[in-house]
Amino acid sequence: MATSNPSVFLLTVNGQIEGANFPEYDDLYCKYCFVYGHDWAPTTGLEEGITQITRKNSQSSHRLIWNFPLETTFKSTNPSGWPQLVVSVYGPDAFGNDVVRGYGATHVPFTPGQHTRTIPMFVPEPTWRLQKFTGWLLGRRPEYTDPKVVAQGEGREVTRVRSQGFVTVSFHIMTKDMKKMGYDIGPSSPANTASVTSGWSTEEQQ
Amino acid sequence: MASSGDIREKLRKKRQALQETLAKSKNEDDVQEPEGSEEDPGETLKRTIRAQRQRKKKKLLEQTLVQESHDNDDVEEISTIQRDGAEEGSAEKADHSVISLRSQTGSQKGLSSRAQQTPSSQPQSLDDFVKRRLEERLRAARSKGESLQQQEASLEPASRLQGLRDRDTVTRFDREVDPDRSGRHDASPALSTRVKFREAARRVGKGLPNAEEAYNFFTFNFEPDPPDESERSSVKRQKQRKIADRDEGRGDEAEEQEEAEADEDNEEEHENQSEEAPLVQNEEEDLFVIDQSPQDFLEVKKAVYVGYQNLIQRENEQLFTPSFRTVPTSVKLPENMKPRYLEDEGLYVGERPHVSLTNENILENRILKMEEGKKWFGDDGRIMALPDPIKESSTRPPLFHMEEDVDPSLQTVYRKALKSKYANLYIAGAADPEGDYQLDVDVSGLIFSHHPLFSREHVLGARLAQLYDQYLTRQHNNLTGHLTDKLNGLRSALRNMLEIHGGQSLTQAMQQRFSEYSLEIRTTRQLRDSEQEKDRTLLKNIVKVWKELKALREFQKFSNTPYKLYLRRENVDRASDEREHEDEILAEVVEFEAESEEDYQKKLTEYNKQLEEWKLWRRKQKAKKKKKKKKKKGQTHEDTEDEEQEASESEGPIEEGPPKPEPPERPDFDSIEQQVREKASRIRRKPGEAILIPELSASGNITASELCPRPEIARRQDVARRSLFIKILYNDKEVSRTDSRSLNTDFRVHFGQIFNLKIVHCPQSINLQVFEEIGSSCSLLARVFVPVPEPSVVTGNVPVEEYEFSSNQRVMFDHEGVGSDVPLSFEADGSNKQTLLTSGKLSCCVSWGIGEDDVPLAPPVSQQPGGIHSGLDRLDAVTYIGASGLYDMKKIGEWATQSRLDPNDPKNASIMQLLKVASSGEVTAPEYFRLEHLQEEFNFVTDEELERSKRFRLLRLRNREVAEFRNYKCVPALEREVTDKVFQEYEKRLKEGEIIDTKEHLDSHRALVAKYLQKIRESVINRFLLAKHHYVLSDLVIEEEIPSIGILGLNLFKLAEPKRPLKPQRKERKKVTAQNLSDGDIKLLINIIRAFDIPIRRPQSNKPGQAPQSAIQGSDWFLNQVQVRPFVEVSFQRTVLQTTTADGPNPCWNEELQLPFSAPNGDYSNASLQSVKDEVFINMFDEVVHETGVNDKDRGKSIHTWVEKHWLGSVKIPFSTIYSQSRIDGTFKVNTPAVLLGYSKERSHGANGGYDIMRSLSEGTFITLFITMEPQLVPGETIREKFDSQEDEHLLQASERFEREAAQGYPDRPCITTVIDLNGKTVFITRFIRPLNPPQEFLDAFPNNPQEATALVARFVSLIPSLPDRVSFSGACDLWSTCDQFLTLLAGDEEEHAVLLCNYFLSMDKKAWLIIGTAIPEGPTTYVLTYEQSRYLIWNPSSGQYYGQYDTFCPLQTIGCLVNADNVWFNVQEYTTPMRLSFDITKANLWKPFFSRSFSHPGLSSVQPEELVYRRTDKAAAAELQDRIEKILKEKVMEWRPRHPTRWNRYCTTTLKQFLPKLEMSRGQDVTEGHRHELQSLLGENRISGFPLHLPFCEIRPIIEAVYSTGVHSVQVSNVEFALAVYVHPYPNNVLSVWVYLASLVRT
Repeated sequence: MATSNPSVFLLTVNGQIEGANFPEYDDLYCKYCFVYGHDWAPTTGLEEGITQITRKNSQSSHRLIWNFPLETTFKSTNPSGWPQLVVSVYGPDAFGNDVVRGYGATHVPFTPGQHTRTIPMFVPEPTWRLQKFTGWLLGRRPEYTDPKVVAQGEGREVTRVRSQGFVTVSFHIMTKDMKKMGYDIGPSSPANTASVTSGWSTEEQQ
Repeated sequence: MASSGDIREKLRKKRQALQETLAKSKNEDDVQEPEGSEEDPGETLKRTIRAQRQRKKKKLLEQTLVQESHDNDDVEEISTIQRDGAEEGSAEKADHSVISLRSQTGSQKGLSSRAQQTPSSQPQSLDDFVKRRLEERLRAARSKGESLQQQEASLEPASRLQGLRDRDTVTRFDREVDPDRSGRHDASPALSTRVKFREAARRVGKGLPNAEEAYNFFTFNFEPDPPDESERSSVKRQKQRKIADRDEGRGDEAEEQEEAEADEDNEEEHENQSEEAPLVQNEEEDLFVIDQSPQDFLEVKKAVYVGYQNLIQRENEQLFTPSFRTVPTSVKLPENMKPRYLEDEGLYVGERPHVSLTNENILENRILKMEEGKKWFGDDGRIMALPDPIKESSTRPPLFHMEEDVDPSLQTVYRKALKSKYANLYIAGAADPEGDYQLDVDVSGLIFSHHPLFSREHVLGARLAQLYDQYLTRQHNNLTGHLTDKLNGLRSALRNMLEIHGGQSLTQAMQQRFSEYSLEIRTTRQLRDSEQEKDRTLLKNIVKVWKELKALREFQKFSNTPYKLYLRRENVDRASDEREHEDEILAEVVEFEAESEEDYQKKLTEYNKQLEEWKLWRRKQKAKKKKKKKKKKGQTHEDTEDEEQEASESEGPIEEGPPKPEPPERPDFDSIEQQVREKASRIRRKPGEAILIPELSASGNITASELCPRPEIARRQDVARRSLFIKILYNDKEVSRTDSRSLNTDFRVHFGQIFNLKIVHCPQSINLQVFEEIGSSCSLLARVFVPVPEPSVVTGNVPVEEYEFSSNQRVMFDHEGVGSDVPLSFEADGSNKQTLLTSGKLSCCVSWGIGEDDVPLAPPVSQQPGGIHSGLDRLDAVTYIGASGLYDMKKIGEWATQSRLDPNDPKNASIMQLLKVASSGEVTAPEYFRLEHLQEEFNFVTDEELERSKRFRLLRLRNREVAEFRNYKCVPALEREVTDKVFQEYEKRLKEGEIIDTKEHLDSHRALVAKYLQKIRESVINRFLLAKHHYVLSDLVIEEEIPSIGILGLNLFKLAEPKRPLKPQRKERKKVTAQNLSDGDIKLLINIIRAFDIPIRRPQSNKPGQAPQSAIQGSDWFLNQVQVRPFVEVSFQRTVLQTTTADGPNPCWNEELQLPFSAPNGDYSNASLQSVKDEVFINMFDEVVHETGVNDKDRGKSIHTWVEKHWLGSVKIPFSTIYSQSRIDGTFKVNTPAVLLGYSKERSHGANGGYDIMRSLSEGTFITLFITMEPQLVPGETIREKFDSQEDEHLLQASERFEREAAQGYPDRPCITTVIDLNGKTVFITRFIRPLNPPQEFLDAFPNNPQEATALVARFVSLIPSLPDRVSFSGACDLWSTCDQFLTLLAGDEEEHAVLLCNYFLSMDKKAWLIIGTAIPEGPTTYVLTYEQSRYLIWNPSSGQYYGQYDTFCPLQTIGCLVNADNVWFNVQEYTTPMRLSFDITKANLWKPFFSRSFSHPGLSSVQPEELVYRRTDKAAAAELQDRIEKILKEKVMEWRPRHPTRWNRYCTTTLKQFLPKLEMSRGQDVTEGHRHELQSLLGENRISGFPLHLPFCEIRPIIEAVYSTGVHSVQVSNVEFALAVYVHPYPNNVLSVWVYLASLVRT
């Protein structure tokens, strides 16, 4: 890879799924996976993973801590289809059935440096009340056919979701050869670490 | 409640009747009653004083007595309260108790007065009785009171306690215990009446504060308890009433009237009340009266207990308790009004906010009490209410609120205040402190050209001034002078030209110029003349108006205006003047002459031309006439007269021809001069006449007011009273106003104020409003809109401009003022009326201010955002870019050249200047309008370059999901890394769209068909490409189905089921949508259960003919000899799996095989899965073990064996069927070759007799399979698009309804009434059925045997290759083609086969129907039903086989409907399997017809052709094909055996070749055993195994596949030889039957 004319650029994602904030639920675990476009390929590291189950601290906060490391390197030829981190949180319901507590996705930050993302989570809603009830009773809430659905825009309009909770992820991003390939991602100073995630949550953050 | 309500209602009515009678009597004799409450103060005072005295006298005794009575009372009261409690709402009750408690402690006034109260609602009839009772009571009470007097002290507290206690218990309990005593709710009314009464009494005391004050003043020291006074008074009143006759009754009446609304019914209760009340009353009374002791001067009073009842009453006198009964509508509405319901009239009435009925009733009752209460009720008798404003759901999202740890993203963040985001309304930069803009509005003054207060003189004066103004401007412009100069110049130029060119003939150009000049001169002269005329009339008018003015002044003997007109006379040199004049006239005359001469010449030439024409025509006529005459001459003499007539007749039309043109008159030059002179005298000053120069001055005197007549004085005063001011509105907001200035007598107002507006908003409008003020009222006279100045317009360099305004208000005065909009005449006779409107001129100027350092405080042009509202024309995009006003320049320039603007004209001077500037810059504005004029700036490369980029092309193709690039990974980052190779395939395919590889198809016709199919397929695919990206919820979200009641019940039932049932049933698995799958996720599960009737091995023997016998030989053979050892091999996508080997002809494997499935290109979308063409081959083999020899040489015996597998038959199931069916379960007939060398189809005789019966019904081998996929995939929904149709809308609706009903009633029965044809149009299904002729040669082949012919036809149909629509059209839809299309395409689905077969049968005079049903393994399919020889036959059109109705192995499982040319019948029977069905379609309860009596068949014409035309079979082509197939197959077999030599046994091959035509002839049915024997004998020692394969031909590939799947090639014995023979039998229309005979020979 020491060539002066690289044909791919590399994106290294280190970081961790720090924790989550689900005020109503406990005993949660988190699955993550990366979703990326055709021109991307992972070179090292795990593409998907599952965290341990964590419980809330009895005394202080409502935070659930996982501190689950992420380490992946991607190579790519095209920034289109930039990797997204998809997290889905699961936990037992009142009857002990494992149900989904939230889906969420965020793009891996573009700029090198440290970033923290708070991903708002949501779950699909049952189509009607009765279903909600039976779902609750039987412990079978509506789920996405694939958690990766939340990383794509197509077909989302047919779903109804309810938001619940947040997952905090921190990233440490390194890129290689991007500038050589002509992709300028701007100043890589850590000044702009507090940056944009999806939606309103970030505005609140700043 | 209703019943009790009724009762109440009745009672109330009765009572009302009574009241009315009572009221009458009362009115008659008693007027005191009302007085009682409204006594005048004097009397009250008197009475109170008296009462006071009385009281003082006897206070002690009295007190005790009161208490006494009280105690008695209490008991009674409690009882009433009990009832009360039962009746009234708990809330009310609670209120009462609470209030009563408070009032008990608070005040004690009116204590005993309660006792006086009499119950209400006492009917008169009871009166006497009551009286009697009262008297009795009184007596009793008196004695009792006396006796109790002593104990009083000790009794009192007890009683109070008791009272409290009782009250408590009663109120709490009874309410609960006796809630039903609804009928007895009389107490409260009774109470309230009493209260009312007492209220009256109270009012006596309380209502007169004067008296009370006075009293207090006097008695303050003694008397700490003023309330007693009221008691006194009431007592007093009571006395009065006593005196009066029937006072009680009356009192009651009064009460009742007051209490009209309150309802009470129980008479008895009233009685009790009344019994009691008078008792106390009388008691008191008597006591008061009797005891006039000295005690009454002493006021000693102790704490008084106020009874609960008392308190209630006291409260009630203050409180009004509205009833909660429904108010009858009649009360709420005005009289004689019927309620009007707006809703019924169709008007929208919003939903009223919900108010409980009780509350509403209470409210209504309360409102009705009020004055004008009715106005609160709407027309419908309900309280008026606005629609409910409350939204159902909260509009604000809920927030979790946690005290300590608010989520970081929800934490409140404080930010600096920002400026409004509406900044774009502002001028850019205006927000900065330095960037302030200033608009200076200078309002200098106002001149009225007409004002209502103008006197007549003013009107004239104004007119004079106006004319004079006009004169001045004209003078200033001096148009006449200019034009004269121009004229002179032109004349001299013309003269010069003439002089220069003297007598020479003029060139064309010169002539042109000459005429141009003269034209110019003419127009200029005309212009000048008109100007001169205008000047002259203006002057005349001025003089005329001035004269009028003078006359008016003289007439009215005073003057209002200072105007004075002087006419300055400027003498001229008469001689020169005259000379000039003459010259002028002469010149003009000359010109005129020239012009008229020219005119004349023109006319003359015209005339000549016309004359010429006329003459020509004339000549013709004459010639005609002559001809005629010649003719006539030949005629007889008698006709002469006629002839003449005719001649004249014929002359007639001649006259109508072109008239003889008149020669033009020569211009009369004398008259010209005359005219010129006349005109000159009209428009010009006479020569030598002095030039008159009017001068208007305002130096005249205005007559002082004193000297004026009265109306004029009034007018002047009115004028003096008025003042004016101007409001300045900026963007429609008032920003400033001028001082108010009074109106001068000359109707000029000077303001002279400059307003500096610091602006932030873009200027949109500047508006000055002129207000007139009279006294304190002001009115808007007019508005003046001032344009927003250009940024270059800055203060200091702008002249004040005058803006005219006017108002159309009508004003009239009774004084001299002429008013406005009033007709006004200056003539004596009142004629020539004028109507003048208030108007005037406002002089003002608006400009941008200048800052300190001479910087204009104007916003730059480009920064006026959009300029859309600026009032200036800045809408143009070009302007927006900054090239302001350029387009205007150009237009002006064009216009200037077009209209020949005179550059010397002073009026045009500015324009010319502008043009010069503009044209020097050479700026041209584009002539087009661009929407995104800056788009080009953002294109970073041109489109061509983008097109050329290979990388970009790749990306685009991938995005478009072109098949080759759909999942292309890692598009190279750099252009140079994209190789051209990538596109090669794609481009090749694009090119190949035109050329079809004939080698692949072996037949040019088929190549064309394939191409055509490909085209159709592509168009269909493109059509549904978008639809593929359409998602439904189930694609994205997995959700549990809601268990319906039935399912819930089933589930409950299932709980009782055994956990491990003996015969487990397959359960539905969860379905998985296909989109998120990847390679290896999908597995095909094939469960091979058992097979029947597998052919058994024929023992190897060299003696032909013995074999059959040997099979039936004794049981010892049967036991020793293995008949067959079959196993099943499943191959799918080149994965081959096999089961274990079983024994016998009826083996049972019960094995599950898992085959991995991978989709093409790794694309697991529905569309791609559906178009998978792969088939599952299930091949049945016999495992043959050969012992090669026994080797004794080593120690022990070792046997070498080798295993051979012999193909027995196969079942082929397309993947698309599995995918769409999701599971296939059933027993299939195994395709066994017609001849299986080495095997016999003899039945085994070891089987049970029970099976025999079943087996006897069918022939062939069967296998039971269960095939499914893991995970279960959701088959793609066929998209029911609304296709356009030529069918009647009515019919379409009916069919939709029919299908819907069918789907509801019988969800598992397919029902089709409309189908889509190849053009994508919806067609009714019966149109496809029509008798069509089969190829004649089939009918001829078996003229005597219709059975055979039928079979042949079926075979022909089955030989047409089958191509499922699902495969060809990605499952998008099911297209039906007509029979001719089908025969042309030579490919089709089951339905095409079925339709064709059905049509053939119909033409063969069979009764035939199309069956729409489901079969295995095809799924929803179409079969044909025929009725012959009184039995129904079911035909499988794809295989050409037929089954009886009761055939167990009939693949048809469900019959949904039957179709023929006339109708569609839907199966409404209980069962769907053909075995249990009755096919009697005439029975409507079994078969529901589509067209019935109610909806008859509209006579649909068929879409099928009249007749099918068949192409002759091309034997040569078939032979060629045969050779080619053979060659290819041989190559392939050798290819499949790369490690072994493949030898071909020619001899055997030729032998086999002979068999094949025979097989074709017999359609593979009954194979003569002879073949085999023949073979056997021929080949002698060779062990031969082989079979003929039969296939319909469509492509070479399936044939190869089929050969490969038999595995003949895999024989690995070294001395094996092969034989391969191919036979292609041609049928009409290129339908080909292919036979492949394959055999392996092993020399033994």
